Amino acid sequence: MDKHDEAKVRVEHLTKYFGDLHVLDDVSFHIKKGEFLCVVGPTGCGKTTFLNLLTRIYMPTKGELYIDGEPADPKKHSISVVFQEPSSMPWLTVEKNLRFGLEIKKLPKDEIDRRVENIINLLGLQEFRNSYPHQLSVSTAQRIIIGRAFAMQPDLLLMDEPYGQMDIKLRFYLEDEVIRLWKEMGTTVVFITHNIEEAVYLAERVLILTNKPAKIKEEVTVDLPRPRDVTAPDFIKIRNYVTDQIKWW
Amino acid sequence: MDEKKKIILKLENICQSYVVKDGVKDAVDNVSFEIYDNEFLVLLGPGHCGKTVLMNLIAGLETPVGGKIYLDGEEIHGSDRRIGMVFQSLNLMPWRTVMANVEFGLEISGVKKDERRKVAQKYIDLVGLTGFENSYPHELSGGMKQRVGIARAYTNNPEILLMDEPFGQLDAQTRYAMEEEVLRIWEQEKRTIIFVTNNIEEAVFLADRIVLLSKCPATVKQIYDLKDLPRPRNMTDTEFLRIRSEVSENTDLAL
Repeated sequence: MDKHDEAKVRVEHLTKYFGDLHVLDDVSFHIKKGEFLCVVGPTGCGKTTFLNLLTRIYMPTKGELYIDGEPADPKKHSISVVFQEPSSMPWLTVEKNLRFGLEIKKLPKDEIDRRVENIINLLGLQEFRNSYPHQLSVSTAQRIIIGRAFAMQPDLLLMDEPYGQMDIKLRFYLEDEVIRLWKEMGTTVVFITHNIEEAVYLAERVLILTNKPAKIKEEVTVDLPRPRDVTAPDFIKIRNYVTDQIKWW
Repeated sequence: MDEKKKIILKLENICQSYVVKDGVKDAVDNVSFEIYDNEFLVLLGPGHCGKTVLMNLIAGLETPVGGKIYLDGEEIHGSDRRIGMVFQSLNLMPWRTVMANVEFGLEISGVKKDERRKVAQKYIDLVGLTGFENSYPHELSGGMKQRVGIARAYTNNPEILLMDEPFGQLDAQTRYAMEEEVLRIWEQEKRTIIFVTNNIEEAVFLADRIVLLSKCPATVKQIYDLKDLPRPRNMTDTEFLRIRSEVSENTDLAL
């Protein structure tokens, strides 16, 4: 697994205060190139602040985020974010939504065509190519957003609970789809979720955060073969273990 | 198994349709099932399958285009005091305290202050909000607001409580905590509960029986009897996961 040898992203001593409120406390970790990392933690522990620091929407009080050894800079590096609520441009068709970021980045037209076709095929969304977001279900709208994020081939792809409260049947389908995209594209992914079964299903490594101020409580490596079986004893063992680390109820 | 299960509510050939821009849209198609006294029944179905329409019909907020609903053997039309509802979107009154929200139903029924306070306090205590009587909704977390909604519904002393995806907007962990809470409350204050969800895990965790609905228009696909799955249930238990898989495979995928 030589693609895993280099650290794509290094997070060092990340600390955030809002006034007196200490939200993030000296968080350090590395993400390898092409890794799928899930972040879980108790409710209200600061996961969204953590994500917003990685996106550079907030700047840290202390600490730094490095991509390929350089301080992360939105002007130089490409960081894509998928939020919980679908965030497609309502006045653009599916295809134009997929092209949007690539056109902003001024990629050559044939490269844009190639990437967009690839994503449409991977998602099986040919029939929706000319539809507008309001004509789609919430889950399909979210698939477009995820496809759009992968099409950017970002240095770092951040997902903040993209499958929030979707039912299990739908989640399994979408989780398999995101794994397919990730394998195909080799993207470096940080996926935040409340759902521990989801984290163990998706991740190569799970980062468990503590209560606020959030620190890294533990890193759990999930080396189960894919496709993973959520009813297998090994799977359940890891799921229960991670649950115990954050259980407060 | 108790042979003398009393039927409290019965739906018979319920149909509901709406006139839309380009014709008629069927939401519920010939749904029939029975609910037993003090049962925890879960209505499970994929997103937008017509679950909320069914709840609104039972609550009497809408009139079906076809079919009948019987409560205690008598046909009902429109809303009935014996049926209470907890909404997904809560509908708490933001200018009223927790106490004033919980006692609201009794207040408009003309129950005297001392008496309604006593009843409201009992249910505030039951849902674990003791000490928050004078707080306003905006001062509470999502899970606490949902507790207020449950206490308010109980205070009106309904025979049947309808809960329409009450935990749909909570995060996964608060949701687990509230699922355990609602079972604790149900076991202490036995009522018939009809609980709507699209979450298969939640359905298997809570239900005595699950009525599985198809995608829209809703029909009854299957009814699962889970009375033999002992409580408290463990979501990673082998039998639990087996039933979850079975229900999951039988549920329509609504992409």
